[in-house]
Amino acid sequence: MCLAVPGKVVRLREEDGTRMAEVDFGGALKDVCLQYVPEVSLGEYVIVHVGFAIQKLDEASARETLANFEELGLLEEEFGDQLAQAARQAGVEEPRQR
Amino acid sequence: MTQEARDHTDLVAVPHPSAAVDPAAWTCPAPLRDSPTIVMGHGAGGAMSAELVQHLFLPGYGDAATPDLGDSAVCTVGGRRLAFTTDSFVVRPTFFPGGNIGDLAVNGTVNDLAMSGARPLFLSTAFILEEGTPLEELNAVARTMGEAAGRAGVQLVTGDTKVVDSGHGDGIYVNTAGVGLLDENVHIGPDRARPGDVVLLSGEIGLHGIAVMSSREGIEFGTTVESDTAALDSLVQHMRATGADLRVLRDPTRGGLAASINEIAVASGVGIEITERDLPVPEAVSSACGLLGLDPMFVANEGKLVAIVPAEEAEQVLAAMREHPRGEKAAVVGECVADHPGAMVSRTGLGATRVVDLPVGEQLPRIC
Amino acid sequence: MKYLDEFSDPALAGKLLDRIHEVTTRPWAIMEVCGGQTHSIIRHGIDQLLPDGIEMIHGPGCPVCVTPLDMIDRALEIAAREDVIFCSFGDMLRVPGSERDLFRVKSEGADVRLVYSPLDALKIARQNPDRQVVFFGVGFETTAPANAMTVYQAQRLGVENFSLLVSHVLVPPAVAAIMESSTCRVQGFLAAGHVCSVMGTREYPPLAERYEVPIVVTGFEPLDILDGLRQTVTQLEAGRSEVENAYPRAVAEHGNPAARQMLEDVFEVTDRSWRGIGMIPRSGWRLSGKYRAFDAEYRFDVGGINTEESSVCRSGEVLQGLIKPNECAAFGTLCTPRNPLGATMVSSEGACAAYYQYRRLDLAGSGATS
Repeated sequence: MCLAVPGKVVRLREEDGTRMAEVDFGGALKDVCLQYVPEVSLGEYVIVHVGFAIQKLDEASARETLANFEELGLLEEEFGDQLAQAARQAGVEEPRQR
Repeated sequence: MTQEARDHTDLVAVPHPSAAVDPAAWTCPAPLRDSPTIVMGHGAGGAMSAELVQHLFLPGYGDAATPDLGDSAVCTVGGRRLAFTTDSFVVRPTFFPGGNIGDLAVNGTVNDLAMSGARPLFLSTAFILEEGTPLEELNAVARTMGEAAGRAGVQLVTGDTKVVDSGHGDGIYVNTAGVGLLDENVHIGPDRARPGDVVLLSGEIGLHGIAVMSSREGIEFGTTVESDTAALDSLVQHMRATGADLRVLRDPTRGGLAASINEIAVASGVGIEITERDLPVPEAVSSACGLLGLDPMFVANEGKLVAIVPAEEAEQVLAAMREHPRGEKAAVVGECVADHPGAMVSRTGLGATRVVDLPVGEQLPRIC
Repeated sequence: MKYLDEFSDPALAGKLLDRIHEVTTRPWAIMEVCGGQTHSIIRHGIDQLLPDGIEMIHGPGCPVCVTPLDMIDRALEIAAREDVIFCSFGDMLRVPGSERDLFRVKSEGADVRLVYSPLDALKIARQNPDRQVVFFGVGFETTAPANAMTVYQAQRLGVENFSLLVSHVLVPPAVAAIMESSTCRVQGFLAAGHVCSVMGTREYPPLAERYEVPIVVTGFEPLDILDGLRQTVTQLEAGRSEVENAYPRAVAEHGNPAARQMLEDVFEVTDRSWRGIGMIPRSGWRLSGKYRAFDAEYRFDVGGINTEESSVCRSGEVLQGLIKPNECAAFGTLCTPRNPLGATMVSSEGACAAYYQYRRLDLAGSGATS
């Protein structure tokens, strides 16, 4: 359910009294209705589902989440070994290093 | 419940203990495959297309059918081996970023010939036109075809034009058939892959499908992606010049890389493993796929080829591909294995594996 | 894509997997509610990398799959009318009704159009004032605001030839229904992130408390799913059953207030039967009385179509030997012995299960030899 993707608001406009925007999804541009995220301004990121922004993306929170992941395995620099171990336990081939 | 009686709490559905369901008993509606009429999926190059050939055309043709598994049939005439192929083009819209139906019709047939290792020589062009189609459009298509044929070094030697009533066609449909000549020593076919062979891809995938989709009514979006439509015969000749054994060549058009790899795996009776992180997928394609919920492996290409070669010759062929303008971004993307014959397996970015099946029908944007 | 690719990073996935392996001491059965998460799990092979004891149970969160049969039949009936342009999301076109699907109806001459957004359908309605334009409004709480806004706009702009065939379903009642089952094995939930982007997280603490299950609001990229699992397993191992948010970049506690206000105006709660599952009371939304004029069910008088659900997967055809198991589109991807969709995959003697094991053995062999 609910394929929703983050994109950057690159152009704002009004259409029939509705707040619309052009949103850039990594090079794919789509018209999006911003009526549900009145606080969003140009350059900010929104989460878009079927042509509607359903939430503003909290960029600080995204960075914080990634930073937390980084810290998770500080003692385990060799992630590759662990990934391989997980793969072996699951009975699949080791990830190939090309 | 009346409108007046509603309040905020009505909107938030509360848990209801009497509604017990058992996840173990769940079922899911699988798509219908057995239609008594033609549906769009029959023309999408996936499982439904294959079933139509297997269960309708071949039995219908009976003894007259001697189908070749490749993109072209190879026939022997007077001691010479001819490659022969045909393809119809019904792309909508007629004009799309990076090309139009004319380039596609010429390049597509040239490529089908080239994938057998043949030198493409002659093409026929047949048009089915809808009443009311502007001559200006047809003229643009014709010019494009002339130019594409010139680049590919083929001659357009015969043709036909039919017109159907307004509303009974969709502007311009084009069929091209082509013949080419094969050298004595060329033996390329989808059934020749062997365990241990290496899978090469000539460049970035997904460009054509995304370019067409971006201009398709109902799902249009802005993108810099352009169709990769191009003739590949000169790339093939360049690869052949290495002297390496090109066992299989295939251009992954409809159904994308996944359809081609599945077809090769079945025809050769080998398993094929693709490593996802080695696949050249342009960011704009990957983004558009993310937006629409598509997998780039299933998206059409019109100027790429898959080559399967013995492991010991892979480096040499790869180097040759990269020297050619149509193969600058060529890469090793997988290998053939003895296990799971007939199946395509993909190694995901996380190092796990998944089976990649032949697409059933058309690729559709999804919401879930 | 920014804020998407970073959340697929294999190195960070390795760290999260490490942590999951570290904290897991016992087997746990965890359900991802959302079909989007199921898709991501299969697409990235996440289930293969988890500790042996962690079992993923795929939830009911595929809106096209759970749309009830009679609603599809109503859609087909409306779509077949000469005066109608029927608009739908792409993935609904192949979902079978009793006898046909939308593709089939289209092949028989109906004007069925694929759109990306319900607003596109409204646009088509304004361009074709002499035709009836109907949008098939399916989906969970995530999709409902889009449909609500479209109906609201249709009314505001006076687009009277537009209507909506509504079949919305809601997650919390489904979670409750799953937990009420006597055979339920689910010990923890990954809640659907984008549903919570709209609705917030406040519906879930009563569920976590009542059924003593951890519920972790989870996103859709590999790292999101792994982090959701990490938090769920950590809770399970500690004997906790709380609601946590592992998707804070897209989910606030209150959800989206503007969207919720619109939903309140446009929809009202109704009983809804879920395809393949059955009736779940108060588990859906329909248009409220105020918007009845835009309800396609009333406009085209198709409310009387009540078709009984028959065999929904193709197990019947497999049992009769009509098709081979791998000819079913769900085989081996969405339908596996661990997560069966039909009887022939559930039973180990079933044709699909046997066929599947044979293929899986082949696949395991490849890992050992290469």
